[in-house]
Amino acid sequence: MSEPDELTVDVNGFPARVWRKGSGPALGFIAGFGGLPRWVPFLDHLAERRTVIVPSLPGFPGGERGHTVLDTHLDWIIAVRTLIEKAGLVGADLAGSSVGASLAAEMAAVWPGDVRRLALIAPFGLYDEADPPTDPWAQRTDDVPGLMCADPEIWKALKAPPEGANSIEWPIEQVRANEAAARIFWPMGNTQLAKRLPRIAAPTLLLWGEHDRVMPRSYAARIAALLAGGRHETRVIGGAGHLAELDRPREVADAILSWTS
Amino acid sequence: MKLMWFHLMPYTELPDDFRQRHPSVWVDIHSELFDPKRAHLMYNDFMDELEYAADCGFDAICVNEHHSNGYGLMPSPNLIASSLARRTTDTAICVMGNSLALYNPPTRVAEEFAMIDVISGGRLIAGFPVGTPMDTCYAYGQNPSMLRQRYLEAHDLVMRAWQEKETFAFNGRFNQQRYVNIWPRPVQHPHPPVWVPGGGSIETWRWCAEMEYVYCYLSYYGYKAGRATMDGFWGEMARLEKDRNPYRAGFLQFVGVGESRQHALDLYSEAAEYFYGRCLHVDPKWATPPGYTSEGSQRAGIESQVKQAADSIVRGKSTGERMAATARDMKGIVDNGYVIIGSPDEVAEQLREVAVSLNVGHLMLLLQFGNMNKEVCRFNTKLFADKVKPQLAGLFSEWEDRWWPRPMDGTLRAEVPAFLPKLAAE
Repeated sequence: MSEPDELTVDVNGFPARVWRKGSGPALGFIAGFGGLPRWVPFLDHLAERRTVIVPSLPGFPGGERGHTVLDTHLDWIIAVRTLIEKAGLVGADLAGSSVGASLAAEMAAVWPGDVRRLALIAPFGLYDEADPPTDPWAQRTDDVPGLMCADPEIWKALKAPPEGANSIEWPIEQVRANEAAARIFWPMGNTQLAKRLPRIAAPTLLLWGEHDRVMPRSYAARIAALLAGGRHETRVIGGAGHLAELDRPREVADAILSWTS
Repeated sequence: MKLMWFHLMPYTELPDDFRQRHPSVWVDIHSELFDPKRAHLMYNDFMDELEYAADCGFDAICVNEHHSNGYGLMPSPNLIASSLARRTTDTAICVMGNSLALYNPPTRVAEEFAMIDVISGGRLIAGFPVGTPMDTCYAYGQNPSMLRQRYLEAHDLVMRAWQEKETFAFNGRFNQQRYVNIWPRPVQHPHPPVWVPGGGSIETWRWCAEMEYVYCYLSYYGYKAGRATMDGFWGEMARLEKDRNPYRAGFLQFVGVGESRQHALDLYSEAAEYFYGRCLHVDPKWATPPGYTSEGSQRAGIESQVKQAADSIVRGKSTGERMAATARDMKGIVDNGYVIIGSPDEVAEQLREVAVSLNVGHLMLLLQFGNMNKEVCRFNTKLFADKVKPQLAGLFSEWEDRWWPRPMDGTLRAEVPAFLPKLAAE
């Protein structure tokens, strides 16, 4: 696993990290709950066949404190659009997971001509009273790894400070990622995305971890029904949890690569 | 110094096996545990107790705000305070306080506090807490990432609403109100004294210093755990070149007075163990909504743990996290200083030590706690008023309390609570 190229772009006066690796047509990925404090195998799999571009959302690891100036959902949508433009992803294929998938869907809905193909892994943004998502911010600390990944060790390894990391700033950065997600989605995760889903024109792949304990699988059908007449497909990733790309990097990458090929 | 009588209004009949059978006293405490007919009696007892404390000569009676909480039955302390305003005459009424970010528009707080100040003839102390995570982020669904900014903006709006003479437009980041012009306006000029209950965050200390507000450390863990926080507060005041006027600070302390130490132990152990065992049983999942604790406070907390500093149990921790590590047996409760007990002389000596060592001029006393019944509460209150208070009242007499209510002249005030045949507004 080699390191990606890293560049920094400006969003509202805050630096945002953009990772880039591989060759071929651009494929963007927006990370899920907790963000990406380090490069992960899933991105390497995507980079085997595509130029994978990973912009960091404001407040998520690599996104500094950019969330602190975003007060409304419109602020977030404009910030993510700015990030997509500066990362060179306008018109490209776009994938996202969890909270990031919700914003990827917003990009495809608000600028339907600017996303070629879309892949969403268990997106946030909807709320069904009869089958509510788990509240990710009302959890005992020890329960979080098993909530995010089918294999809790994968989450723990993602979040463990690397050798030489600042022992004070690293944990603060991880809390900040949870805060940034909360800033967008508190308290229910319902951003009224359902109203905008019918605008999506890009062919859309919905991926769901078989053991997703955050976002019930019933939301896949709900989203599919709102994707109007556009082409779409749902696949369940066996053995995976909410962040399926961490639990089953090869399967999720293959599904996205074949959908966007 | 000022000795203030504080009521949390705990539900007094949580079952013996509450800890075992229920996950939390707060947020999702089950409604089956609440018997409205029993609570009718509790509320009336509690209000009697507050009025009794006023009759006994305490400098203030204090109420506070909690939501979905089995140890705090005052979602609206203003309702209780307005009743107290009618049933007391000279005691200050301390509402500790209204969580500003929870009110939309926040001018509701300016209005209700102005009403209490007017009804009471200028006896209100206006407390402005941010509010705990359980109250604000979970029970009231506020976004933890914006809570503090909203709080600060709501504060600015309330202060302007109290003081500006003309109708004005408030064009805030979170609140836009085209026509702000509250009626009534407070009696106290330019506004009631503002007190800010806070944790141990340096940002709050600096803000209180800048605004010249009273900083109150309302901890359930007593003077031993509070020492490092208050030392930090005074250190910061010194750095900002503020004087050491003890009336800049308030501090909460549980107290049980008996004829002797053993008598106090016999009288108060059950109520103390009820409070620390059942009332502070909060599910840790409600402890840390991300963003509630500022990054500066998180940093201080981590550094404090690394250094094994004395305040590592409180610094950078949320209310819920602190509650998880609490002693629950009477020996631990007393040894840790959560509750001060003893004979009147012993209690007076300990409280003098607390006031002097923490340099606190406003001592908020919990003389009712847990499931303490009315009779014991009256005993504790009376004995304190008769035998302890006189030993402490003269402390800090060299300092001026610039943060105390300035009521209307007695001769100008309505005679309450008796019904008068003539119109008060005549």
